[in-house]
Amino acid sequence: MRHEKRPRAVWRDSIVRELAQAVIVLVAIVGTTALLLAVGGYAVDSGLAALWRGSLGSWYAFTSATLVRAIPLLFTGVAVAVAFRAGVLNIGAEGQLLAGAAAAAAVAISLNGFPAVIVVLLALAASAMGGLAWASIAAYLRSRFAVLEVISTIMLNFVALHGVSYLVRGPLQEPTHIYPQSSTINDAFHLPRVVGAGRLHSGLLLALGVSIVAGWVLRRTAAGFRLIAAGESPSAATSAGRIDVMATTTLTFLASGALAGLAGGVEVLGVTFALYENISPGYGYTAIAVALLARLDPWRVVATAVLFGGLEAGAGAMQRDAGVPSTLVTVIEAALILAVVAVGALRRRSSFPDAAATPIAA
Amino acid sequence: MTDLVEPFFAATIRTAVPLALAALGELLVERAGLINIGLEGAILAGAFGALVGASEFGVALGFASAIAAGLIVALLFVAFVVWARADQIITGTALTLLSMGATGTLYRAIYGSSGAALSIPTSAALPIPGLAALPAIGTALFSQPPITYLVYVLAPALAWWLARTHAGLALRAIGDRPDAAEAAGIAVDRVRALAVLFGGALGGLAGGTLVLAQAGTFAEGMSAGRGFIAIAIVALGRWTPLGVIGGALLFGAASALQFAFQAMGWNAPYQVFLAVPYLLTLAALAGAVGRARAPASLGQTLEPRR
Repeated sequence: MRHEKRPRAVWRDSIVRELAQAVIVLVAIVGTTALLLAVGGYAVDSGLAALWRGSLGSWYAFTSATLVRAIPLLFTGVAVAVAFRAGVLNIGAEGQLLAGAAAAAAVAISLNGFPAVIVVLLALAASAMGGLAWASIAAYLRSRFAVLEVISTIMLNFVALHGVSYLVRGPLQEPTHIYPQSSTINDAFHLPRVVGAGRLHSGLLLALGVSIVAGWVLRRTAAGFRLIAAGESPSAATSAGRIDVMATTTLTFLASGALAGLAGGVEVLGVTFALYENISPGYGYTAIAVALLARLDPWRVVATAVLFGGLEAGAGAMQRDAGVPSTLVTVIEAALILAVVAVGALRRRSSFPDAAATPIAA
Repeated sequence: MTDLVEPFFAATIRTAVPLALAALGELLVERAGLINIGLEGAILAGAFGALVGASEFGVALGFASAIAAGLIVALLFVAFVVWARADQIITGTALTLLSMGATGTLYRAIYGSSGAALSIPTSAALPIPGLAALPAIGTALFSQPPITYLVYVLAPALAWWLARTHAGLALRAIGDRPDAAEAAGIAVDRVRALAVLFGGALGGLAGGTLVLAQAGTFAEGMSAGRGFIAIAIVALGRWTPLGVIGGALLFGAASALQFAFQAMGWNAPYQVFLAVPYLLTLAALAGAVGRARAPASLGQTLEPRR
């Protein structure tokens, strides 16, 4: 909403505040983890050491584990953040991701033999279109019939899950028809690795670009202003701002779907190289936590996506090296969201739009 | 063909019962104007509670601790949403996440990370004399664990309660016009809290049913999306108890079809059938299958208390 230039001192204050909040969050995470480890009767020091080793402890862990996991969370986190800012409660990032993954896999597999650059670009475009198309069902039901998108996107997540399950046993199944997965995508179509960074692929650059642009659109453009106004108060945006709230929210919903779809395309072309059923361990749901902790700001999503990517990477190491159930990290993620929700609710000035859950009559 | 019909009905009922329990609870929550996505977490907590309770004290206390576990999740939802006026969707998402993490961690901590199959006492079938002998549907409907019969009683009871009692009217009023209900002297927060607790208890019971009347064991994440399906069923059932039963049966039948297909060795894409109930729900929400009207204030965050 702030279109005027802010003086330097204000910038410095806000940076200090951001850093202070980041430190509080990190301390809270380490503290909660230590507490849970102690309560559970595990060795606190070796548990925390394993969490560190698996996430940030080495260049390899940081790039190949933490950042690789952060990439889909970045796309879906931005997708959720943008939608929620407009008051669109898109719980369907998971389904949109799956639709995008299926579309990208279909394109990359069927265009075998074409020039790599063209196929990769087409596959990524297809994944965005797949996610957009999947979101468009809920967006249409919302605008035409005032169907709550919370309910419809949950339905569509399940339909997408069953849809992928059908595809990998039907039209997209690998030629031997033994495994429920697609054929492997031609090596030439894999997203290039980042040099010297293990399994880290160049999808990271695209993800960073997306969050930078999304944050810029929200902060500095008229479209972003309309989006935020529509989310904060649909009635005021309509009457005072002459904003077409329905058009704004519908477009945002579609854009959100496209971003979540890209997550699926990038995952297929950068990590899994094939379509199969459990291609997403719930990235679309974790994205809600990622977006919320970032207070629905695409720029902050970069930090929270890396944080959650690191937590999930560290969880695996804790399980392997210290015998601590990896699900402990899920408890910490949940506690983090609840803490944010509680702080926001108690202060009565959560950045969450008041009208978020209010459907607008057609 | 008959040897296929009976198992089909049996599988339908089996799948439908926990779904119906959870959905009947969520129905009251939604009629009070709230959506509790944490229902998935309540079911999972209930399943784990049932494991702990039953392996220590037997089936009856297994069900009791399943309800208690569901209530704990519901209490958190009440504290955040009803009391602190936090966002319902985010709170519900967090509670489901919390429940997944907590049950997984406790399960691995208590029973070992190998997740050895535990054999715990289960709820035996209680055939109803006469009715159980009916052809085709007898066994499926009337030779079931007692929890199934609870559903038969609960649905009409809730329908009557919602339509005919003062308290039921108050609940519906809150869901449609919380401000007007408040002005009419209804204790909005208290009724909403009770509705959420009722929903949590039934969600926990649904989880207990999975463990004690069906699987006979616990597995991490065994709620497997049933909480979300229950939310679909409430919408598909047009926010009425008897509609919810119909919706639960439809979802049950869709999943039973896949077993029937596999039993017959048909190579049909059963995933299509699994997706049909969700598509029907979407159609119902869009008004294509009759008119489904959500409670007017559903999902809205109320103004902070003054």
